[in-house]
Amino acid sequence: MLQLIVTLSACAFLFVPTILSVMAGVTANYFQGISSGLTLKWVFRVWELYADSIFLSLWLAIACLFCTLLIGLPAAYGLARHPGWLSRILEEFISLPLAVPGLALALALLQLYGSMKGFRASWTFILVGHVLYTLPFMVRSILAVLAAIDLKTLEEGAATLGASPWQRFRDIVVPNAMPGILAGALTVVTLSIGEFNLTWMLHTPYLKTLPVGLADSYASMRLEVASAYTLVFFVLIVPLLMAMQWASARAQRIAQ
Amino acid sequence: MSNRQFVLACLTPLFIFSLAFLALPLVRLFLASGEGENGWAIYLDILRKPRYLNTLWMTVLVSISVTFTALAISTTAGMFLSRNRFRGRGVLLSIMTLPLAFPGVVIGFLIILLGGRQGLINQITPGHVVFAYSVIGLFLGYLYFSIPRVLLTVMAAAEKLDPPLEEAARTLGASPYRVVIDVILPGLMPSLIAAGAIAFATAMGAFGTAFTLATNIDVLPMVIYTEFTLSANIAMASALSIVLGIVTWALLLIARSLSGTTVAAGG
Repeated sequence: MLQLIVTLSACAFLFVPTILSVMAGVTANYFQGISSGLTLKWVFRVWELYADSIFLSLWLAIACLFCTLLIGLPAAYGLARHPGWLSRILEEFISLPLAVPGLALALALLQLYGSMKGFRASWTFILVGHVLYTLPFMVRSILAVLAAIDLKTLEEGAATLGASPWQRFRDIVVPNAMPGILAGALTVVTLSIGEFNLTWMLHTPYLKTLPVGLADSYASMRLEVASAYTLVFFVLIVPLLMAMQWASARAQRIAQ
Repeated sequence: MSNRQFVLACLTPLFIFSLAFLALPLVRLFLASGEGENGWAIYLDILRKPRYLNTLWMTVLVSISVTFTALAISTTAGMFLSRNRFRGRGVLLSIMTLPLAFPGVVIGFLIILLGGRQGLINQITPGHVVFAYSVIGLFLGYLYFSIPRVLLTVMAAAEKLDPPLEEAARTLGASPYRVVIDVILPGLMPSLIAAGAIAFATAMGAFGTAFTLATNIDVLPMVIYTEFTLSANIAMASALSIVLGIVTWALLLIARSLSGTTVAAGG
């Protein structure tokens, strides 16, 4: 009984503010309450003010996905084929951004590259931060799936039939790694769209991502606009999150 | 191209990227921490100057209380959800795990909606009840993103518990309370320590939530931010970042060696 109460209270604590935010985003005047009527004008206002930030975030997420695939897929294969202490250290090292707070990583990047004005002011600087943060998720997701299959035997079989390393990579590794790639890809996109800690330090006034815009609206806009913006964010992120959880569970089943 | 060359070629992009954007920047960060007026003694300054020492204590204190509260709530809820099957269980589970990927800024805003000046609590209670911008708001915000993280770890561990063990204890006459203390909790212990380490590390490094709440409570990430942007005290910001990074990294290493999982830091 006590368990049920604790569970329901925790749910309420997590859910009620979310509902409040959604309600506030579609209420004509939040201070007067819901009786002031429902409206979409705040959502349109958000679109006028912040459409750029939404598109920048989507673009960054896609670019980030592309980069993490390009770096992460071959790397996961390399790590799976060479399981030794060197690979362990490399895997551990690239996982640092999971543990070290984004603020610290951003300071490190700023101090090394901050003086390169062209790079510092372009969107690729933010992209570097996002790739840094999401890459370990991609690598680990693919690696977990690859570690579960007998890659060596499969590849040896293909090699005796005359397949080159590249052909084996394309025709054996990639299809087998697909569940891991899918789970990794969804994780990368979801995290990139929601990333704030690094981005806040790396962004410039002309390059605001969605979460940076959110922080901006929380500080300077009326509550209804901030809520409507949060609503837009939820609409974008929640389906991605659910797809990510589904794909990760599926990849985990295969990896076991 | 030989097999070995191909595998090495596969690792090259990762190697170059992490060298250029992770290894070298971290080395630069470390060097920058020693470039202040006091040189490397800056690490002693953190312990000597009350402003930084108090911040350190405050951060640890808030993080510890969040960790234990989240452990208590999530273990109770996690055991309940993994032992009972009922209508609506899936919905409850989704509600409790979806906040996992909410950025810290959004969580800060949700706490403002709950306990801010125009917040729900202030509206439905008589008098003036505003707690979002105090240490309570910070605590609730951190709790918000810790509950889902701990819950997932606990539920994964609860699935692996051995129910016959509990039945045996009951047959031998143990009360439900004793079963929890002597059978269930010891079984969950490695995961609880791991989940606790994750929650603690995440709370230590959380920036977005504190930033949105704009509290005057000095927690470590906020102090790093103000040292860097307002005081331009780059050496101190770097030194504090290094200390924070080492602490959170070590904690997550412990967590992983105990349970084999890591859930994304962030917040």
